[in-house]
Amino acid sequence: MILLNNVSKKFGTGTFALSDVSLVIKRGEFVFLVGPTGSGKTTIFRLIIKDLSPTTGDIVVNNLEISKLPKNKLSALRKKIGVIFQDLKLLIDRTVFENVYLPLDVAGIKDQEAVNTTNDILSRVGLTEHKEKFPLQLSGGELQRVAIARALALNPEIILADEPTGNLDDKTSWEIVKLLSDINSHGTTVIMATHNTEIVKNMGKRVIRIEKGKIIKDEKPKEEGQQNASHQGQSPETKPQEQDKNLNKHKEEEQKK
Amino acid sequence: MKFLKTTTRNVRRSPYQALAAILIMTLTFLVISFFAFLVVGSSQVINYFESKPQVTAFFKDDAKQSDITALKSQLMNTGKISSIKFVSKDDALNIYRQQNKNDPLLLDLVTADVLPASFEISTVRLEDLGSISDMLKKSAIVSDVIYQQDVVSTLTAWTDAIRQIGLGLIALLSLVSIFIMATIIGMKISQKKEDIEIMRLIGATAWYIRLPFITEGVFYGLVGAAIGWLIATSSLLWATPFLESFLKGIPVLPASTEGLLLLLGTEVLLAIILGIISSFIAVLRYLK
Repeated sequence: MILLNNVSKKFGTGTFALSDVSLVIKRGEFVFLVGPTGSGKTTIFRLIIKDLSPTTGDIVVNNLEISKLPKNKLSALRKKIGVIFQDLKLLIDRTVFENVYLPLDVAGIKDQEAVNTTNDILSRVGLTEHKEKFPLQLSGGELQRVAIARALALNPEIILADEPTGNLDDKTSWEIVKLLSDINSHGTTVIMATHNTEIVKNMGKRVIRIEKGKIIKDEKPKEEGQQNASHQGQSPETKPQEQDKNLNKHKEEEQKK
Repeated sequence: MKFLKTTTRNVRRSPYQALAAILIMTLTFLVISFFAFLVVGSSQVINYFESKPQVTAFFKDDAKQSDITALKSQLMNTGKISSIKFVSKDDALNIYRQQNKNDPLLLDLVTADVLPASFEISTVRLEDLGSISDMLKKSAIVSDVIYQQDVVSTLTAWTDAIRQIGLGLIALLSLVSIFIMATIIGMKISQKKEDIEIMRLIGATAWYIRLPFITEGVFYGLVGAAIGWLIATSSLLWATPFLESFLKGIPVLPASTEGLLLLLGTEVLLAIILGIISSFIAVLRYLK
């Protein structure tokens, strides 16, 4: 579970990136974070992994109050959260395999086990044939997949995807969303920041809209919203069917084209 | 052991910086090795002279055999003498020939007449050399007296000076190599700033990031120490025949294998310390 309680973040320049934001995201939810550039989506992600500290307010991630988390516990927190960064943050002098292997190495997992896990994840995201390539040799969609694979390496409880479909064509964007949806169907909480309204509409998931550092709307999926009006997400049991319906719809549209 | 892989990759991917670091370490350990040879060698020379308390008294050419015999009895009566050996002019020539057998020009120039006869006197204790020497100087048939106390004190003064200069130079070179290595490793950290930031964001601990840089520093130190020691030892072995003839029988060379290995061991230890200190300076400075 992720809880932000009256969180504000003021930068040195005096501007508020976030202003009194409160939200609860339950375990296993798939949540879209939408809003214009500079609205504070990335700041929320950075606060969750404690890359930034809030100016005021509390943040709880999986029962850990991270605003009070000591520095030496930071790596343990980050190993539980897989992040797909907006700028991907791949190591350009390392191969696809080495990039995905890195979090496992960082976590001190034995070599053979780490190699096997890396191969499994690469096959899951469809990158096995590209594993010896360097990031510069890959297309935009493949790079996103590498970033997703790396985020998945430690089987995290939470995935934060910051604009993972930015600069990608529709078809590739949907492939990425399907991949994240599959990950979510296995119980991983996924928070995806995006501008892509078509994806947001078609997925039928909870949507949190942010503008100028404030939450202006928090829309639950229809069934869930009818059942529970509080800040709660869709139950994991209802997700796969809903997702498949929307994704199949998209595929049909693609085929027609 | 994964950090060793990272270290090897770091070294391989920036060969010129690695070469600069290894060269400065090689220079430092080369100087350390040479000074170690000098200090150990001169100490052994001093020990040699100290263990052989000897006075050599050279007789005038007109000294009569009876006077020499009388002087010998006089010396023996003091009770301070452990041995006394008469070296005649012919004996002196034989010794001279033996010492300069490879130089026929020197042999041709010298005859027995040129060389003085002498007494080689050993005392029981080093402290007695002075009084025996005084006694000999008073004798009318003795032209010159030399005794090891002079040699020992001159050598000790030289050794002390060498030791002090050596220690100063080693300290200075160590300091220079520490700062050069710290700068090189610091440059590498700066180049990898983005990678380090990514590693931090995906949960790398501070030690996961630091360790490859520290082992890199130790690696440069170890390679530098090994090369420095190898060059110095090879040079010593190569120069041993010339130095042996220069030292004329003083048993300093050939250097013992144990001694050379002990020097290597000490240098390896010092290399590790230097490597750790320099990389730590870089890590603390650039990886806050």
